[in-house]
Amino acid sequence: MILNYFKKDMENRIVLSVLLAITLLIPLCNLIFPPDSPLYFSAYSVSLIGKYLCFALLALSLDLVWGYCGILALGQGAFFALGGYAMGMYLMRQIGSRGVYGDPLLPDFMVFLNWKELPWFWQGFDSFPFAMVMVLLAPGILALVFGWLAFRSRVTGVYLSIITQALTYALMLAFFRNEMGFGGNNGLTDFKDILGFNLQTDAVRTVLLMCSGLALLGALLGCQWIARTRLGRVVSALRDQESRVRFIGYRVEMYKLWIFVLSAMLAGVAGALYVPQVGIINPSEFAPLNSLEIVVWVAIGGRGTLFGAIIGAVLVNYMKTVLTGLLPEIWLFTLGAVFILVTVFMPDGLVGLWRKRQELHA
Amino acid sequence: MIRFNTLLLIPRVPPVPRLCCWVLCCFNLSISLVLAEFVEQPTSPASEMVRVEDVATLSFYELVDAVKIRSLSKRGKAMDTLAGTDHPRTLTVLQALLDNRLLELRESGLVVILEKASADNYQIVEAHSGDAQPDISRSEAKNIKLNNRLRSQLRVMIGRLQLASDDVTIRLEAIKAMTKKPDAHTLETLRAHAEIEPDMRIQDELKLVFALQDMDSKDQAARLAALDVLAAQDSQEALNKLQAISKQDSEGNFLESDEQVRQKARKAQLQMEARVEVYAMVETVFFGLSLGAVLVLAAIGLAITFGVMGVINMAHGELMMLGAYTTYVMQQILPEHTGLAVLLAIPAAFMISGAVGIGIERGIIRFLYGRPLETLLATFGVSLFLQQTVRSIFSPLNRSVSTPDWMSGSYAVNDFLSFTWNRFYILVFALLVFAMLLQILKRTRLGLEVRSVAQNRIMAKAMGIPTERVDAMTFGLGSGIAGVAGVALSQITNVGPNLGQAYIVDSFMVVVFGGVGNLWGTLLAGFSLGIANKVLEPFAGAVLAKILVLIFIILFIQKRPRGLFPQKGRAAEA
Repeated sequence: MILNYFKKDMENRIVLSVLLAITLLIPLCNLIFPPDSPLYFSAYSVSLIGKYLCFALLALSLDLVWGYCGILALGQGAFFALGGYAMGMYLMRQIGSRGVYGDPLLPDFMVFLNWKELPWFWQGFDSFPFAMVMVLLAPGILALVFGWLAFRSRVTGVYLSIITQALTYALMLAFFRNEMGFGGNNGLTDFKDILGFNLQTDAVRTVLLMCSGLALLGALLGCQWIARTRLGRVVSALRDQESRVRFIGYRVEMYKLWIFVLSAMLAGVAGALYVPQVGIINPSEFAPLNSLEIVVWVAIGGRGTLFGAIIGAVLVNYMKTVLTGLLPEIWLFTLGAVFILVTVFMPDGLVGLWRKRQELHA
Repeated sequence: MIRFNTLLLIPRVPPVPRLCCWVLCCFNLSISLVLAEFVEQPTSPASEMVRVEDVATLSFYELVDAVKIRSLSKRGKAMDTLAGTDHPRTLTVLQALLDNRLLELRESGLVVILEKASADNYQIVEAHSGDAQPDISRSEAKNIKLNNRLRSQLRVMIGRLQLASDDVTIRLEAIKAMTKKPDAHTLETLRAHAEIEPDMRIQDELKLVFALQDMDSKDQAARLAALDVLAAQDSQEALNKLQAISKQDSEGNFLESDEQVRQKARKAQLQMEARVEVYAMVETVFFGLSLGAVLVLAAIGLAITFGVMGVINMAHGELMMLGAYTTYVMQQILPEHTGLAVLLAIPAAFMISGAVGIGIERGIIRFLYGRPLETLLATFGVSLFLQQTVRSIFSPLNRSVSTPDWMSGSYAVNDFLSFTWNRFYILVFALLVFAMLLQILKRTRLGLEVRSVAQNRIMAKAMGIPTERVDAMTFGLGSGIAGVAGVALSQITNVGPNLGQAYIVDSFMVVVFGGVGNLWGTLLAGFSLGIANKVLEPFAGAVLAKILVLIFIILFIQKRPRGLFPQKGRAAEA
């Protein structure tokens, strides 16, 4: 019985252990081995891997709503970016008087725009715990309001996908405006340190990578746990037969809302971990194209498997890094082709292919 | 009898006075001769040969040549005579003189004009004939200079010459130029011209000018009469004047002393301001309609494919982009005929985008029926593919598509209201496309089949309708219309690989707002969203207006999840 369970869950366990290995070994390698050793990971690859881990977390959050709840959210990037902005605002406040204009209170772009005082929504972001709460709350509340409105009136299917896309598009336009007070076009950048530690040092980078890895591990385990609970089962059921679940007596919209908000918060965490590692957050993160790319990661990995989303995110982003480096023109061709091929030929993604093979062999 | 007497009187005059009389007479004569001499005096050698009587005998070349004379007063005289000829190049030469482009070659003394050949390229032409001359360096020629007095004299001359033109627009331009700072002399010319001017618009313009002048007159009656004219004119100048009347100076005295005039002006001002507001509203609605027309064009093809097949085509924007690039290519093929190229691009874009659409349907979408979300993703892949293809072929930079003459410019009703032609044509075009599509769906066999499949696919199939073929044709039709929309878009925005992206979210909004599968809903939704956008813009700015509209739609969908005109009956559940 137990053996059977492990057999069934083999892929998942592999992914988990690889993640754990990355989280623990890469920082060790970076710190222990000298720079000329083949096992040394440079600062560049450390932050690159950290970035992949954030994307994996983002993909995981989408798989939760799409794979388990059947909501194709084309606005997941918006929650990611909101979390990122919350973190970015904290990092901006950390700069203090070291900015170009040397204003102790106002970030550079506000001085540039001739603002006299900090807007109300920037208050409190000098405190790290408050910023972390906002990382969860900003995407969470948006998802709550949006989801409550949408699910209550039974907006489903492509309609829902399109209005989530409209949501992220509207946010992108809004954040591009200078008057919004989020740095407009340029976004937030020039970060100096986090919790008093310089962001440019290897130690901080590796710690951030570890945090991303741990967050991803935690999220993966948490999501798997949720999927096994009663809540998770109802959610899977309503994905397959929404009306039937409703007629049995469940309040479908509440279940959907729960999952939607949770997923938005996960995406926010991913964004918050992403920003200090890349050093910038700007409104282009809200672009509808970004949110669609996330969908591809999940589709390639295999939706509804959670660990598949992680595989897909890392794989696609690795491909992106390699291809945009070698042949920038090829990247969109590849992405487009992947979109088409995956949806037409492997609806269950890589994990689906793997499982089919296993079944054939069994 | 009397005559005789008078005659007889003469001998009665004594001899001395008689002599005096003769002397006086002679003196008189000599004085007049001297005076005549004196008057003629300034017209010495150079200008003597261009005396008005001699103009007929002088060649235009000599007339132009006389302008280069050194003495400024004589140059003025020469200009005058030149202006008196009716040679076709007179205006060109005078204009060049005014613009400091009339030069004298140091070596040959030839008078030439510096003409702008292109953006930063000049060429030299002979002043009197317009024949091209070899290039010279700056030092080889000297400007023929003017002083301020001559310049204003020249302006009036040019204005008068233009007034005599047969072309209404040139006359209007001339009047506008002359009335910037009208002096008494100019006004007289204009009043004389008003008698013979046949064009009503110019007459109105002149009336306005005279009225503006009369407002400064001392005569109260004249001012009141002028007010009547001003009140009837929808022009910025008239409004400024009316507003100025009720202003007070620093001591609280009204600039206009007369109470009656002031009250009348106030009333006229308020009325005109109310009219201006109405004009602004009309213009906003027009802008909104034209934006709505673009949205309708972009969304209508989407509405068909979405309505009939339940398929979200994310590559729709890129099919529009293909249409826009078709226009560009057409213009490259026919560089001389911009307008013809645009017209030919319409069917060409329909064919190309339609063919690509059918290709997408046959190659991808038909494997994904019943899985709308997967279709959305796959077509998004297609859109990336098309974008990159265009980027590789045409470069990532925007391509410029030129606008045919008949589409550029605008029709100004008055100072406060004008309609741009390209927007107007696009509005008409959108309505035409809509009407045609409606007719296709209503009256053709394809339309009948499309409607039946949209209502009930299985039943239609059972009745022998080849649903697969209908799907392909529907998709082709929707895509073809996207291509046609692209031709229209190429006239108002940049043609680049991202053209489709910019419109895709908006066109989805239109379809969703209007209700799926309802063309009238799409039309209404497109126009109302367009107008809403433009109405909000002045208060909120363009970006915020767009955001507000998006938020409105998101909220609207909550209230009516299936749009303004939802499908009813069993089809809605499918």
